Amino acid sequence: MTKRILYPSILLILFIIFWELMVRQFEVPHYILPAPARILHTLTVQQPLLLHHTLVTLEEIIVGFLLAFVIGVGLAFLMFQFPLLEKTFYPIVIGSQTIPVFAIAPLLVLWFGYGLPSKVVMAALIVFFPIVVNTLDGLKGADSDEVNLLRILKANRWQILWKVRVPSALPFIFSGCKIGISVSTIGAIIGEWVGSKEGLGYLMLHANAQLQISLIFASLIYLTILGVSLFYLIVLMERWVMPWKRLSEAR
Amino acid sequence: MGKRSPSFPRNSKLSLWEINKSFSKGGTSLAVLLDISLFASPGEFISILGPSGCGKSTLFNVLAGLVQRDGGIISIDNREVESGLGDIAYMQQKDLLFPWRSVIQNVFLGPEISGEINEGTRNEALELMTRVGLKAFAGNYPAELSIGMRQRAALVRTLLFHKDILLLDEPFGALDAMTRSVMQHILLRLWMDYQKTILLVTHDVEEALLLSDRIYVLTARPATVKGEVGVDIPRPRKVTDSRLVDLKGFLLDMLQGEIERVFV
Repeated sequence: MTKRILYPSILLILFIIFWELMVRQFEVPHYILPAPARILHTLTVQQPLLLHHTLVTLEEIIVGFLLAFVIGVGLAFLMFQFPLLEKTFYPIVIGSQTIPVFAIAPLLVLWFGYGLPSKVVMAALIVFFPIVVNTLDGLKGADSDEVNLLRILKANRWQILWKVRVPSALPFIFSGCKIGISVSTIGAIIGEWVGSKEGLGYLMLHANAQLQISLIFASLIYLTILGVSLFYLIVLMERWVMPWKRLSEAR
Repeated sequence: MGKRSPSFPRNSKLSLWEINKSFSKGGTSLAVLLDISLFASPGEFISILGPSGCGKSTLFNVLAGLVQRDGGIISIDNREVESGLGDIAYMQQKDLLFPWRSVIQNVFLGPEISGEINEGTRNEALELMTRVGLKAFAGNYPAELSIGMRQRAALVRTLLFHKDILLLDEPFGALDAMTRSVMQHILLRLWMDYQKTILLVTHDVEEALLLSDRIYVLTARPATVKGEVGVDIPRPRKVTDSRLVDLKGFLLDMLQGEIERVFV
């Protein structure tokens, strides 16, 4: 466990030292590539600014993710219960994935404005797909012998759904959430790039225009921490909701 | 119900009359069950012996109502029924314990589905858990139990389905010899106390002889009843008992012909 953290950390530290030395050695201008020490300085000086924009982006991601979760899981359940809905919606859901969200970002800004809603929709569109596909797979993937066990007990459709299919689908739903939360930052940042007044994406564009490259790096660090924290939050929730899963994996 | 085998008793718990089932695969029809007729008296312990892959599990699925039969009559308590769905409990080689439920929640599945959650069923569940030595593990997840313990939990769950007829489909097939012997002992004691009618599918001749009142021998696919053997030896039985040894030879001879048919 300690080695899992130790080795990548050593590599990262060596890389940062190398970076610092190279920038000093070749006198690279800070508006091309700032040295790590300069980025660290920006991180401390600009902390309130960075924190403010991080919270804006966080809000976009969380609202977008929750929206995608509710609609995604809901649609997956409906498609599972009503095959006609699956036949109708599933090809469209798959087909819609061939349209890059970036391509429709300007439209979303046009329709939903420069504020929160356009970024929420953007994040939700990206998160939606892995959640709906995984949830549907999970509901369908329940062990047929386990389902038969309930059928022998003359369990009704809802009992089979709640007592077997939903618990069997939980690991799949969480997989979808993990993929979804990892890509959610993309949606929010793209949305901010296309048109916004706040958020880490906005801050990066703004800093770029003013050649404050160290601020871009500082924003990137905040964005990374944000993404990793959100991912870990899902992992914690998974452990809390499915305490049995780690036992099964340990065997 | 005009037709009735002359050898069938007037009062049976369960009877099958000329059950047929074939599966179509790639346009061709594959007969799996061919005119299977058998019966079980109330409280009787029946074993069904047959070579592997002969269709024993299909027979159970038909009986349980999970698979539609092509023809034949199923009667329970002398009444013709669509299938055994709702009247029988079923246990497989796979314990099918839900990993997300604790052991006690797993064994309590039957009362939970049928809405019999009350003090009586709760006490019954706890008593059965104690009898099979699982009381200390009631709150554990199945993943924390050994295979033998999981199978014991599955047996308790099956009893708590509260059905008169138990179908046991090679329930101890995945267990080692020692654990299997313990399980057979537990099963016999529970069967005597609860007076269930048991149909046990097995390919273990010794297991069938140690446990059952009567044994049906099935042919290789398509499965049909090749013979019926009564085991009139008082329990508890020993594998070294000379009568049991004789019967074992007789049954093995009967099965041998079927095994050769499969491989030649």
